[in-house]
Amino acid sequence: MLTLECPYCGVMADETELTAGGEAHLKRFGPGSSDEDFEAYLFERENPKGVHFERWRHSHGCGKWFHAARNTMTLEVYGTYPAQTSEPPVEIRNKISGIAPGWSWRLFK
Amino acid sequence: MKRYSAFAIAREALRFHTGWERAWRSPEPRRRYDVVIVGAGGHGLATAYYLGKNFGITNVAVIEKGWLGGGNTGRNTTIIRSNYLQDPSAAIYEKARSLYETLSQDLNYNVMFSPRGVIMLAQTHHEVRGYQRTAHANALQGVTTEWISPERVKELVPIIRLDGPRYPVMGGLWQARGGTARHDAVAWGYARACSAMGMDIIQKCEVTGVRTEGGKVRGVDTTKGPIDCGKLGIVVAGHSSHLAEMGGFRLPIESVALQALVSEPIKPCMDVVVMANTVHGYMSQSDKGEMVIGGGTDGFNNYTQRGSFHHIEETVRALIETFPMISRLKMLRQWGGIVDMTGDRSPILSKTPVEGVFVNCGWGTGGFKAIPGSGWAMAELMAKGHSPLTADFGLDRFREGRFIDESVAAGVAH
Ligand SMILES: Cc1cc2nc3c(=O)[nH]c(=O)nc-3n(C[C@H](O)[C@H](O)[C@H](O)COP(=O)(O)OP(=O)(O)OC[C@H]3O[C@@H](n4cnc5c(N)ncnc54)[C@H](O)[C@@H]3O)c2cc1C
Ligand SMILES: [Zn+2]
Repeated sequence: MLTLECPYCGVMADETELTAGGEAHLKRFGPGSSDEDFEAYLFERENPKGVHFERWRHSHGCGKWFHAARNTMTLEVYGTYPAQTSEPPVEIRNKISGIAPGWSWRLFK
Repeated sequence: MKRYSAFAIAREALRFHTGWERAWRSPEPRRRYDVVIVGAGGHGLATAYYLGKNFGITNVAVIEKGWLGGGNTGRNTTIIRSNYLQDPSAAIYEKARSLYETLSQDLNYNVMFSPRGVIMLAQTHHEVRGYQRTAHANALQGVTTEWISPERVKELVPIIRLDGPRYPVMGGLWQARGGTARHDAVAWGYARACSAMGMDIIQKCEVTGVRTEGGKVRGVDTTKGPIDCGKLGIVVAGHSSHLAEMGGFRLPIESVALQALVSEPIKPCMDVVVMANTVHGYMSQSDKGEMVIGGGTDGFNNYTQRGSFHHIEETVRALIETFPMISRLKMLRQWGGIVDMTGDRSPILSKTPVEGVFVNCGWGTGGFKAIPGSGWAMAELMAKGHSPLTADFGLDRFREGRFIDESVAAGVAH
């Protein structure tokens, strides 16, 4: 079973305690944006084979949304971090580089 | 190709089975084909088959990184039905179901289509209304389904418990000509028929790149070298985002794991397929006697073909409430497949931003039943540039907001 550490309450939470929220760090395109941007924002996901940054909610715990960095090919968890950021923190990125050199996700490497 | 027949069995029995030929050739790839299909699952093979059969296009290669049907086609629980609500879905799934009726004869290969009937249980008032509405829609679409009472459900499924503590059975949507088929045989039968038409089925060959020139497809790079093509069909289910990336475009798809399991074999006890979507579980009995059980998908992106154990637990718990007699059964095997979920949970059969590249994907948790109809429609789309069956399933619907309001490929109802 997947376990993630909630960065808010510190609990090591089992998957059954959490709700997956999909790809993280999406830039919102709303009214007034182009059709292309709006479509991409709503539907086009990275869906990578490898490193993935994603949103989770500690729904049966403290209720907070947070982020996780995970590998979709190995199910390895690189770490979790709070939701108040628009990009993956440097520490997490460095940690991933140590474990999986050559990774990339959107503009990040 | 030597035809399979009762006579052939007798002939081979008399000469110690020395005369059976290989069901399909395994050639090395040629330099160029008119059409290359990536992915030898059911949908890719059926696309190739109907390109040959309906349009005379036989200079075709089907390229597969693993083995024939080793993706979701060989991992699914084989439920076939066409009782959908919206017209575009009913049209393509009913086309598929009706082709299944005569597929064994058409392919000269026994796909063991068993129209044993499928019941979708209604266990909430909301489901009662929903399925009654579907039954009416199906009547208008020419799909034969029927709303049935709890008593009729019990008649059809003597082992069911109608008055479960949480979700009593309040009736069901019954499709008498729905059922199951043998999944491997569907892949093998199409492969044999394609090979007999002169097409090349190339296994253990991974596509690693898509070559384009001036916005048009030129060919693919593979682990067996470059192959040129006039048209390219990408039919790789959970791997669609990856192939699209090679082609330089994106898809509204996410890949997640869906699991199934089978019990030890027991004597025949249930001769229809029962689906219980409210409690997230469905079950049928295989010809070998195993109870074949499926449930929900994991919520997170995953390419490992392994799912989370708690889903199995939830599914089995729900089914024990509905079928108390299975509580003592031992489970034999569990496995997972990577399913391709689209933004509106309906499939994509479409042109792409690259001229000559077509995609057929997004069948998610429910595309086995669609294989013949999907191949039929995809072949027409690739040969003629348009098909009435695919018109509503184009990629442009995501930009234009013309979604198909039907969780066709949704988590549970396969
Ligand atoms: C557990 C489970 C239960 C299911 N139950 C049902 C059910 O009861 N009824 C139903 O209708 N549907 C069901 N489904 C869904 C159904 O299995 C799929 O929708 C269907 O099989 C998809 O077929 P396909 O040909 O598109 O994909 P696949 O059979 O997955 O074929 C795609 C092929 O592409 C190959 N490929 C990928 N990348 C490359 C590459 N780079 N180069 C070359 N080849 C590549 C793969 O190896 C694979 O063989 C279920 C699925 C699962 C996992
Ligand atoms: Zn928490």
